[in-house]
Amino acid sequence: MTRTRIVRVERTDVECSHTVTIRFQDESLARPGQFAMVWIPGLDEVPMSFSYIGDLKGVTVHNVGEATAALHDASRGDKLGIRGPFGRDYRIEGESILFVSGGTGAASLMPALEVAMGNGIRSTIVIGAKTASELIFVDRAISLGADVRISTDDGSKEYKGFASDLALQVLQEGSFDRVLTCGPERMMKTVVTACLEKGIPVQVSLERFMRCGMGICDSCSFGGLHVCVDGPVFDGKDIIEIEDFGVFRRSADGSREVIP
Amino acid sequence: MADLSVEIAGLRLRNPVMLASGILGETGSSLVRVAEAGAGAVVTKSIGAEPREGYPNPTVVELEAGIINAVGLANPGIAAYVDELKVAAQAEVPVIGSVFGKSEGEMSEIAILMEEAGVSAIELNLSCPHARNVGAELGKDPETVGSVVSAVKKSVHVPVFAKITPNVTDIVDAALAVANSRGDGIVAINTVKAMAICPETGRPFLSNGIGGLSGPAIKPIGVRCVYELYESVDIPIVGVGGILTGKDALEYLMAGAKAVQVGSAAYYRGIEVFGRVVEEIGQFLDEYGYESVGDVVGIAHDEN
Ligand SMILES: Cc1cc2nc3c(=O)[nH]c(=O)nc-3n(C[C@H](O)[C@H](O)[C@H](O)COP(=O)(O)OP(=O)(O)OC[C@H]3O[C@@H](n4cnc5c(N)ncnc54)[C@H](O)[C@@H]3O)c2cc1C
Ligand SMILES: Cc1cc2nc3c(=O)[nH]c(=O)nc-3n(C[C@H](O)[C@H](O)[C@H](O)COP(=O)(O)O)c2cc1C
Repeated sequence: MTRTRIVRVERTDVECSHTVTIRFQDESLARPGQFAMVWIPGLDEVPMSFSYIGDLKGVTVHNVGEATAALHDASRGDKLGIRGPFGRDYRIEGESILFVSGGTGAASLMPALEVAMGNGIRSTIVIGAKTASELIFVDRAISLGADVRISTDDGSKEYKGFASDLALQVLQEGSFDRVLTCGPERMMKTVVTACLEKGIPVQVSLERFMRCGMGICDSCSFGGLHVCVDGPVFDGKDIIEIEDFGVFRRSADGSREVIP
Repeated sequence: MADLSVEIAGLRLRNPVMLASGILGETGSSLVRVAEAGAGAVVTKSIGAEPREGYPNPTVVELEAGIINAVGLANPGIAAYVDELKVAAQAEVPVIGSVFGKSEGEMSEIAILMEEAGVSAIELNLSCPHARNVGAELGKDPETVGSVVSAVKKSVHVPVFAKITPNVTDIVDAALAVANSRGDGIVAINTVKAMAICPETGRPFLSNGIGGLSGPAIKPIGVRCVYELYESVDIPIVGVGGILTGKDALEYLMAGAKAVQVGSAAYYRGIEVFGRVVEEIGQFLDEYGYESVGDVVGIAHDEN
């Protein structure tokens, strides 16, 4: 069931000054890491990872432009179109998993953390943000019973530095069967490189400009792979050699541009 | 094992299944991957003179038996696309450059740059149903079709195909214009002009309102068009529209197409669809005792 259906906003939760979660009833079967194309009638349609995958689904939106600002302003009863779930999900297996989240990346990782904890997998999550007031889903991760480690770029809470730096430290301290990461691409590349050196399987969730979400329009092309159907969750070993990883993306006209 | 190779306007293809324009063809690396997946040739996204962002999302909506799209000819412009063609040159099959433009002069210039970048043929997109002032606007008028084809033919040495629109009263008129202007072949069909409305919001799904329908829903229309074209023109026809399986492709071949293109099926069956359709054609030909693809081309017209 991936065709567009209209849902009504049931609830919105403020996660931080620039991020809200929108909850809506949708019975599709989504797996952790999958995403939807979210239609704001009359304005735009944008890809969003599911931050809640039960029947009361959720997307967690960072306000960065016109479409995400409109989602920010959404209120109970508003109509949205949902297409999906699309894409590949995280592989959640082993005895211990390290999750590494930068910024809004926590949105895509939270359902994976839920499944891991539910399956009795020992889970540690690094949640990073620029500053303490921008941290999201810390309470949700704690209440799931995960070992939660926090980083802030400015040191306003716990570890001072990038989530990837803290993640490298955590990797030294403990032993992990897998690493799952979502956040800024350069941060993820650091994590992937470290994991592959240590021989730890690692998966990353990528973002690219998208149109169709179903593997035909080529907008989200990534070295011949397509983020919408071959991803958004990729095995680190499959993409580490791809020239674009951490460096280039495609703009709406298809031209290659440097990731800011 | 039946011979699957075909020759079309001097192009030798290892099999008759090509990638259709606008699907997985905006980047060189995707064209290479489709070739690796088994296609006999790959057609680029339609490329214009300048970078173009296309329409805002939603640009695609999925229906029961097809997809409506109004991407709006988004492309990076020929200057940047030349770099993609360099990557695409690694593909072990012919790369065909699809061109759109406002005038015969503009299209000729793009075609020249594509030829310099190594494409094996040009496909003129005279048929995009949702882009204003380009595409179908040109393709609806047989006289304009003729003058564009003549101009581009004079500008390049590689074969020139014209992709024509089904959104006209009689598709044969444009085809005759292509043939009379020494065009090397006809590609039919582009998408069928269409719309879907969301009842709950009272709006069309697509930002552009109108789009083009592709996928299984349009196969009978495409097959009919190719059948009519085969009776009217002598130049080769490439059939496209709603091909998901080898049997779908055989309908087009039997209607008179020498080769086929596959687009939306990359959604329905994944990127592996190209090799699968080739295999399925081969199995069918073997099972029914045909020795080559050529043996079935146009047989639906035979009397008896
Ligand atoms: C698989 C996937 C999952 C995502 N999950 C989330 C999520 O859970 N939470 C979240 O806040 N954001 C997520 N994003 C990013 C989100 O889609 C963009 O932030 C959003 O599209 C921006 O739209 P805008 O109009 O607000 O901003 P704009 O001003 O249009 O653009 C701001 C930035 O967003 C990018 N962007 C714009 N349109 C698109 C598009 N159609 N597809 C992808 N990127 C686009 C632009 O390149 C630019 O960098 C995800 C993206 C992808 C590909
Ligand atoms: C998303 C999408 C984009 C397309 N873009 C182009 C294009 O740029 N140029 C073109 O000639 N045809 C374009 N087409 C039309 C296809 O090449 C093809 O003619 C049509 O989709 C019918 O074939 P199908 O049913 O196998 O998809 C596009 C089709 C789709 C679905």
